[in-house]
Amino acid sequence: MRPLKDSVLSRGGDWDFELLQRYDKEIGIIAKEFGLDTYPNQIEVIASEQMLDAYASVGLPISYAHWSYGKEFIQNEEAYRRGQRGLAYELVINSDPCIAYLMEDNSMPMQALVIAHACYGHNSFFKGNYLFKQWTSADAIVDYMVFARKYIFECEQRYGEARVEETLDACHALMDHGVDRFHRPSPLSAEDELQRQHEREEHAWKQYDDIWRTLPQKRDDGANVKKKKRVFPPEPQENLLYFIEKYSPTLEPWQREIVRIVRKLAQYFYPQGLTKVMNEGWATFWHYTLLNSMYDRGLVDDGFMFEILQSHTNVVMQPGFDHPAYSGINPYALGFAMMRDIRRICEEPDDEDRAWFPDIVGKDWREVLDFAMRNYKDESFIGQYLSPKLIREFHLFAIADEQKADHLRVEAIHNEEGYREVRRLLSKQYNRDVLVPDIQIVCYEHMGDRSLVLRYNRLRERPLTDDAGEVLKHLSRLWGFTVTMEIFEEGKGVVDKIEVAPAGA
Amino acid sequence: MSMIIDRRLNDRNKNASNRQRFIRRYKAQLRRSVADIVADRSITDMSRGGEVGIPVKDISEPKFRVGRGGDREMVHPGNKEFTTGDRIAKPPSGGGGGGGSGGGEGQGEEGQDNFMFTLSKEEFMNLFFDDLELPRLARNVLGDSKQFTYRRAGYTPSGVPANLSVPRSLQNAMARRIALRAPLNRELAELKADAGSAEDIAALEKRIERIPFLDEYDLRFRHRVKEPKPISRAVMFCLMDVSASMSEQKKDLAKRFFTLLYLFLSRKYEHVELVFIRHTSNAEEVDEHAFFHDPQTGGTVVMSALNLMIEILEDRYSPSQWNIYGAQVSDGDAFGSDPQRSAMRLSKDILPLCRYFAYVEIPDSPSSITPLAAAYSQIRDATFAMSTVMDRGDVYPVLRELFQRETA
Repeated sequence: MRPLKDSVLSRGGDWDFELLQRYDKEIGIIAKEFGLDTYPNQIEVIASEQMLDAYASVGLPISYAHWSYGKEFIQNEEAYRRGQRGLAYELVINSDPCIAYLMEDNSMPMQALVIAHACYGHNSFFKGNYLFKQWTSADAIVDYMVFARKYIFECEQRYGEARVEETLDACHALMDHGVDRFHRPSPLSAEDELQRQHEREEHAWKQYDDIWRTLPQKRDDGANVKKKKRVFPPEPQENLLYFIEKYSPTLEPWQREIVRIVRKLAQYFYPQGLTKVMNEGWATFWHYTLLNSMYDRGLVDDGFMFEILQSHTNVVMQPGFDHPAYSGINPYALGFAMMRDIRRICEEPDDEDRAWFPDIVGKDWREVLDFAMRNYKDESFIGQYLSPKLIREFHLFAIADEQKADHLRVEAIHNEEGYREVRRLLSKQYNRDVLVPDIQIVCYEHMGDRSLVLRYNRLRERPLTDDAGEVLKHLSRLWGFTVTMEIFEEGKGVVDKIEVAPAGA
Repeated sequence: MSMIIDRRLNDRNKNASNRQRFIRRYKAQLRRSVADIVADRSITDMSRGGEVGIPVKDISEPKFRVGRGGDREMVHPGNKEFTTGDRIAKPPSGGGGGGGSGGGEGQGEEGQDNFMFTLSKEEFMNLFFDDLELPRLARNVLGDSKQFTYRRAGYTPSGVPANLSVPRSLQNAMARRIALRAPLNRELAELKADAGSAEDIAALEKRIERIPFLDEYDLRFRHRVKEPKPISRAVMFCLMDVSASMSEQKKDLAKRFFTLLYLFLSRKYEHVELVFIRHTSNAEEVDEHAFFHDPQTGGTVVMSALNLMIEILEDRYSPSQWNIYGAQVSDGDAFGSDPQRSAMRLSKDILPLCRYFAYVEIPDSPSSITPLAAAYSQIRDATFAMSTVMDRGDVYPVLRELFQRETA
């Protein structure tokens, strides 16, 4: 079918703002027909240097000043200048309105690809997925970062760059452990935040009364003291930064505020780490679907599609484990393949699919995909939807690496006996506990020497890397007293300990 | 409807300050790297930027991470020949994806020991001459300064339109209007209360109306005064021995020293004059180009250079108006009574006029004591310092040592 000449939006690679507007309009119309629900879009056209800037501040349009962002920036800039790395075509921010960056050097087809991918794919994922809904406040993040930047700048003015940097370094080291996983954080608002922070300080001031110091101490005999002594916290705490912010005996109010800022930032990024495969798969699936239907309607020409498909193919390439370019499973490839596969199962199921996915066979694929997008994260998504057909296509195989064995063992491959095992193991690979060690605060000696005891719940004898000691030093700097970490293994009890006293104590 | 915004004209260098912070944080490591580079460079491109490296482990940010070891399973794509139960030899580094998915970046870093990046010329020079200073530089002369600063000095009733202060002028106008109207308004009120004639009221109202909104004497202009800026004037005398005993390699070291000194001075001080004197058995004042690039050989009379320096001093640089500095580089060879006489001349006639005089020697071997060094080492004066350079790597540290910022 040759597209009609007059309906084609543009030919060739050149773009201008009017064209962007028209493409966006058409893509938006098609997206709506497919039922994609999105935040309003804010598309920003930037130059490549600005893209490098955006990289460094972890994709947020604004962030506080810290040397590590400088390092990140230099790293990207060097790699880019030497041609070791191209720039990502797009960058999208989970905010309301959803901000997406387009690079000025891209051709029109690429811009359209990015609009479809970011502004309708990622955007609808941000708006719909339960983790994002629950854990991030898209409407407030930009304001909050403005507040954070200003606050940290003021702290630097008042307390010196060195002290602020020290605090931030320590917080960054613990960032992965500043996340609430089981209860919803209060929504962000820069204004409330300022207000709350004032109130907190005010409250502390008001509560202080020197007269309490002069009260005679109640005499307790030893037995009494023992009875009163309870373990605090009553339950282990996994949000280390939260615990520090609330209970550190030595932090000054402004330092607590900085801990809070880093904690909020960690919380904001938390869902992104858990939905990499889904998020990218969803966005890739939709740019593919949206642009193809543009082609079907004759809005774009063959040249446009060739360029899109070439780039698309590069993105979803999955090199095998023995390929020099292999660096783990490509989330774009796996996600895209799974999304497409779900559509296939809905539309053209075979007997195997009927046996494996009886509940979605023959249903409206849009509803099924929408349901999956809203209610799953990578771990559960793979556990639920990875089909035997895909396992075969990807030639997935599971390997057991045991410390005591002198060989790796192939646990399962893409055969009848192996499907479930491969799927289970792959799904587990996306469990956060595998990536971020499970470390919890078990005891704060608030009646004693104020030391803090952490516990690393070691899984199958997997050790921590050597920089754990460094992190503990940072922690003890925030805490102000001795910090101990017990290495705990199920069935064996505490097997090892690392103890760090604060510097200068 | 989406909003499309052109941000290309926005700030491009959002991360400049973060970059500076990074460089500041790793200054010590970077400076080591810079010193190595300088030792390798040819004299002519001393002042370019350059690629520096920092050990990756120094700049990594620690995190709790699960390391290698223990038991785990990994799923990989691309199986061609394996079947369940196969055994595969463990790769030496335990590799195969490390922590499972997303290990890409971590692996890349391991392969590289150094975090390499390029410093701009500016950054390079900053690191290079960071906390070097001319010792005891004093601001001694006010006159003849070409620099002025403008300071704000209130408002004046006259000036050019560009300097018109609108708020001030309108404030004045308002004050004038209120002041002129007040008595008339009062009169008007009285007239109205006493039921004065309509004509009088109309006349009075007209008068009130006629008060102009803005009058010429309301105008105020921002006033600025020009103030001379005190500057410190300094002159650096560069004395280099180019006699036959200075081998090419020694001359290279000497020129290196002066190149760095020259870069340092011309970068840090706009108002430092440089006088280049080279000497064999007689001394001559030359320009920068000849000093660094023209070959010359002959005998050695150190005294000639010192004499020329004094001549020039008397002629052009009065010590009451100038901060005077000297730097001399020689291999230390001198004959007969020349070293003793030179040392005398230096300590008696030159040092009292100088803020600082540095002598750098490039001897044949580190242990030998040259005649000139022996003579100069007798000089006991706070304004005199000497040091020895043996190879390229020493030049920069010696410069630092001699011009280290005094920490009072």
